[in-house]
Formats: sequence, structure tokens, C-alpha cells
Amino acid sequence: MAVFPLKILTPDGVAFDGSVSAVSCRTISGQIQLLAKHIDYCTALGMGEAHITLEDGTIRRAACMGGMISMIGGECRLLATTFEWADAIDKARAERSKARAEAILAQKNADTRELELAEARLKRALVRSSVASRQNLS
Amino acid sequence: MAGSMKEIKLRIKSVESTMQITKAMELVASSKLRRAKERVEHSRPYFETLYATLFDIAAADSEFSSPYLAKRDTHRRLYIVIAGDRGLAGGYNANILKAVEADAADASEPGYCVLPIGKKAVEYFERHNTSILTTSFAVAGDLSVSDCFEISRLVCQKFLAGEFDEIRIAFTQFVSMLTQTASILPVLPFDAPHPKPGQEHESLMLYEPDSAAVFDAIIPEYLAGVVYGALCESVASEQGARRTSMDAATKNAGEMIEHLNLYYNRARQAAITQEITEIVAGADAES
Repeated sequence: MAVFPLKILTPDGVAFDGSVSAVSCRTISGQIQLLAKHIDYCTALGMGEAHITLEDGTIRRAACMGGMISMIGGECRLLATTFEWADAIDKARAERSKARAEAILAQKNADTRELELAEARLKRALVRSSVASRQNLS
Repeated sequence: MAGSMKEIKLRIKSVESTMQITKAMELVASSKLRRAKERVEHSRPYFETLYATLFDIAAADSEFSSPYLAKRDTHRRLYIVIAGDRGLAGGYNANILKAVEADAADASEPGYCVLPIGKKAVEYFERHNTSILTTSFAVAGDLSVSDCFEISRLVCQKFLAGEFDEIRIAFTQFVSMLTQTASILPVLPFDAPHPKPGQEHESLMLYEPDSAAVFDAIIPEYLAGVVYGALCESVASEQGARRTSMDAATKNAGEMIEHLNLYYNRARQAAITQEITEIVAGADAES
């Protein structure tokens, strides 16, 4: 399959730099997959699972949150606020964070700001744990 | 004479121990500086690409409107001020706080608000009774990327709600090891060159769902990036300033010890000469 260069950048540095045959991620309007020779494209990312297919067909999964993805002149750039490879996710931490967020959401008297924060935390935790557990099955 | 000799010896000892401290602080600052510089370099490509994308979107389309682009009459300005947590860094803290005061002086309305980062900034604005948005980011050294996103979320929300009409960030630019400049950067509304009608170049980029939605989704990320970048630069600057001032202090201490040693030797010589004179005088009287 045709390959194209992909760069995954986060504020902490470069998470991936190489050629892939496909990249898939969750955007603000749903899951998309980009292949080689896509036209120039740009969109913002949501929270969800991202996976890339390497030249030899291996698939690497990751939890990817926030940022943007762009394809310019056949070169793809994925800028993510957080990008964690499935094998690097701390599952226990995600579970703990999920439990904590659920506890806050269960409270009736929490203010809106706290609720918002807890919701965001819960979402992140769910994405992380789902990516990590799917990795274990395969 | 013997009394003054002892005093000088004590003084030398105290200067020596001060020199040891300044020397150690200089070394610590150098190693921290290296780490801070690495952090700046790691994060740079991410934010540069974000900025370039925003710039392209705004420049390609003249009819494009976003609440982040609209220039409003400035009634209330918010400064995000990044200073240090500790002193002993030369003019680092004083310079940035003075720059903010000078910049705020020409504001059309004296009422401005600050979001201080760093203990020194919090202390300063509390002392001057400036209205403070929040002090939950008081410790500059502990701030992580996610804290920057938190700040960005808060600021964007306030900006969209109309509580502030302009957001500026005050930080210290790391020019080189020896030079750090306090600078103030306007961040919101986003300053993009508006193409004149008829002159805009058609963008062939496919934006999904549309360019405005992408723009509005990326702006908070960009703002967080600016805050993080400014924070990294400021931390590097602080270490740089501390290193330079501690280096100067160490040199001064060295000079002082040299002078004191000279005085000490003089005093010792004078004491010896006096003793000899006394002995000779005594011997003369005997014979």
C-alpha cells in the first residue's frame, strides 16, 4: 500500500515521525481515516482512539486528545494535546481518575465548573482505559 | 593590632561561606537552564504549526468571522503575568513587573486585571491592590502543560463572555545566556492580516466541517501553547538571570577576599614589626 510521511507532535515533543500507510483518529465531527494522496485537509481533533498502520501492516493504537490534524502536499501532521501509545497508558491511573470523576459527578451540590472538569476527566479516563484494554485483547 | 587581625579573619570566613552559596546557586541555575531550554525546543514545533494553521485560515478568507478575531473597544484588559517564585535573580522579577506597569499606564481605562503566575508576581499585585483574576497558578515552577490548558480554557471563556476585551501576556524572552528582555505580547483577539476584498487567494485546503469551526476549536489550544511557550521562556530566563547575577556575586566575593587578605597580611606584618622593635628596644636598654 502507498505510504506517506506522518509526524505526530505534542507539546512534550515528537511522538512519532515516519511513513505510514494510514492514520485514523477522532475529530470534532467523527472518526476519520486518511490514506496516501489525500487532498489538502485540515480539521480539529476530539477525544478518542487513534491508530496508525505502518508500512508492514502493523497497527499501533493510541489515546489521542485535542489538537488538529492536517494534510498538506501529501505530508500529514497530527498535533495532539496528549498522545499516548496504548502500551504506555497507565491503566490503574485511568481507573482511579475515572472513579474520582464519577464520585464528583454523583454529588448533587457540586458547582458547574467542578462538574465540567469532572466530565472532562471522566471522558479522558474512559478513552484511556478503552484504548488500553483493547490492546490487551489483541 | 591582634584584635583587628581576628576581625579580618572572621570577615574573610564569612565572605568565603557566602561565596560557596552563590557558587552553588550558579551551578544549580546552569543545570536547570539546560533543562528549561530543552523544554522550549521540544514544544516549539507543535505550537509553530498551530500558529501557521490559524494564520492560514484567517488570511485566506476575508468574510470569515470569529469571536476571537473581532477587535472590540478596549474597556478591560487582562494581563497574564509570568514572573519567578524566588528572588536573587538580578532584575528578573523587577523588570517584568515594571514592564507591565508601564504597559498598563497607557491603557485607556485604568481598570485592568491580572492573572499572575509565580509567587513574586502574586505578592506584587496583592500589595498594589490590583484586581486579580485567580491565584490558583501561583507557583510557576510547578506548572505543567495541562495547567496551561486550564488557564487557556478559563481565559477563552472570560473573553467570549465579554468580561475582557483584550488579553496580553507578559513574559521574559530568553534572547541569550546573558540577555533576557521583558516583553508584552497581545494574544487575543487573534491578530491576523485581513486580505483586502478581491485580493484574497483561494485556499485549496479542505476544512472539515468548515474553516470557522476548525479555527474556533484550535484557538484555545493555541492560547495554551502561547502560555506554555511563554512560561518555558520565562523559566529559562529566570535561570539565566540567576546564573549571571550569582556569577557576578561569586566574582565580587573573590575580589573582596583578595582585599581582605591584603589587609590581613598588612596587619600581621605590622604586628611583627612592632614586636621586633620592642625586643630591640628592650635589648638596647639591657646593655
